Amino acid sequence: MDLYRDVILDHYKHPRNFGHLDKPDIVMEEGNVTCGDRIVIELCVRRSPRSISGEAGQASGVTIDDIRFSGDGCAISQASASMLTEKVKGMGFASLKKMTMQDIERMLGTTLTPSRVKCATLSLEVLHKAIQSI
Amino acid sequence: MKDLRRDFPQLKRKINGKRLVYLDSTATSLKPDQVIAKEEEYYTTYCANVFRGIYTTSEEATEEFEKARDKVARFIGAFSSDEIVFTRNASESLNVVMNALSRMNLHGGELVTSIMEHHSNFVPWQQLALGFGVPFRIWNIDASGVLNIKDLEKLVTKKTKLLAITAVSNVLGTINPIRQISRIAKRINPNCLVLVDAAQAVPHMKINVKDWGADAVAFSSHKMLGPTGVGVLWAHRALLEEFAPYQYGGEMIKEVHADRTVFAAPPHKFEAGTPHIAGVIGLGAAVDYLTSIGMDAVRSHEVEITDYALKGLATIKGVSVIGPPKAKDRGGVIAFTMKGSHAHDIAQLLNEDNVCIRAGHHCAMPLHEYLHIPATARASFYVYTTKSDVDALVEGLEKVKKLFA
Repeated sequence: MDLYRDVILDHYKHPRNFGHLDKPDIVMEEGNVTCGDRIVIELCVRRSPRSISGEAGQASGVTIDDIRFSGDGCAISQASASMLTEKVKGMGFASLKKMTMQDIERMLGTTLTPSRVKCATLSLEVLHKAIQSI
Repeated sequence: MKDLRRDFPQLKRKINGKRLVYLDSTATSLKPDQVIAKEEEYYTTYCANVFRGIYTTSEEATEEFEKARDKVARFIGAFSSDEIVFTRNASESLNVVMNALSRMNLHGGELVTSIMEHHSNFVPWQQLALGFGVPFRIWNIDASGVLNIKDLEKLVTKKTKLLAITAVSNVLGTINPIRQISRIAKRINPNCLVLVDAAQAVPHMKINVKDWGADAVAFSSHKMLGPTGVGVLWAHRALLEEFAPYQYGGEMIKEVHADRTVFAAPPHKFEAGTPHIAGVIGLGAAVDYLTSIGMDAVRSHEVEITDYALKGLATIKGVSVIGPPKAKDRGGVIAFTMKGSHAHDIAQLLNEDNVCIRAGHHCAMPLHEYLHIPATARASFYVYTTKSDVDALVEGLEKVKKLFA
């Protein structure tokens, strides 16, 4: 029952940053059709002056100002999304890009069986797609 | 029905000290000792390639292989054994037909299937229709997951080239009246090919392709206690004569010249390359096993278990079952949702007690989209399923409910 630790159940039942932003800069959606999971992530971003003037690696000076997620799916996908939104708020795109499945496992505090990796990493996938879109 | 569980070695297995509760027979069935032994017999006593060898073991292998064909033919009431084509699985059986149709001129025609089909009896026809740019018509279900027979009168027309329909839904459990469906389709258009996906029917109930009045029927070995890697296509001899081969290669040839090839007669025309010999022989043993139980006994056992399970699931608040409400109207499969718990979480938590169920859309995405359900949990039954297996499911679901409450 390690997978359904209290913290995961808590995030599933009471998701943080769930809902929508008034004026999001980015909206990205991704589904995991085999499970019927779906996650939408909305972001408001802030650019540091450095990135506005700089040309190379323009995403590096961008940070997440605010974030919301919505969608539906299993406890693992929803809790993972909820925990991820808390973790990445205020984070720069450069660090975000480096996040991997291992970070998600650490965040959830559990090891994932192969069949559940997709559920747990769906929100990270959406987030990666979102930050690539600008 | 007598207890058959001792015939199934995997049921003796314990994981983390707990017994296995296998409720996923719709995906694949467990295999009895008799089937495993027969496969082993091939590998240990007459392992040789079929058809070509002029020596004892090859002749034995060929005889066993063809005996399996005879058994399958008798089991489904075929007119003769040469109407039985061995493939890799039911999907490939359907693709043999799809390939043959793709070589014909379907322009001006229409293809019809139902919303409850497994992807394997949906995607080939959808793609074929897209390829020819012809209409692809879908027969929808009513609120209880049943096809309204009156709708068929509108769907099948003089233009219809194919009606592809499942005998039993792998999600809803709905048993379709194939005989009636064939009759209506043929009355409207005698040239409409009626193709039946019988993957969930042949293992679970007595079927007779002659009674059905269909033109072609596909099913697979691994869902009927047989080995994986073997499928069956039955079709009328005349159709098999007309159909183009699915693959080219060895075993399907009569003569090859530099400029032309004469193909073997059906069924060998569709069996290019060395077949899954052990698998086919194993399927023969599975047919023997099912015949010895009797398909009426198989069916009544499943109705009893399904009825018990439907009643058990009804005691859990928040569980809703999709498909026909009565056990007698459905195959041994129950797909359901539970309020507040996603199907994946249900399956994962049940696995803690070795209760094996499936979660997702069960290769029937069009159906789930039609029902606006992202995913269902599915428990399914077979000859070895007991009421105590069902009890374990119900207890497990109570635990899941508590966790997510």
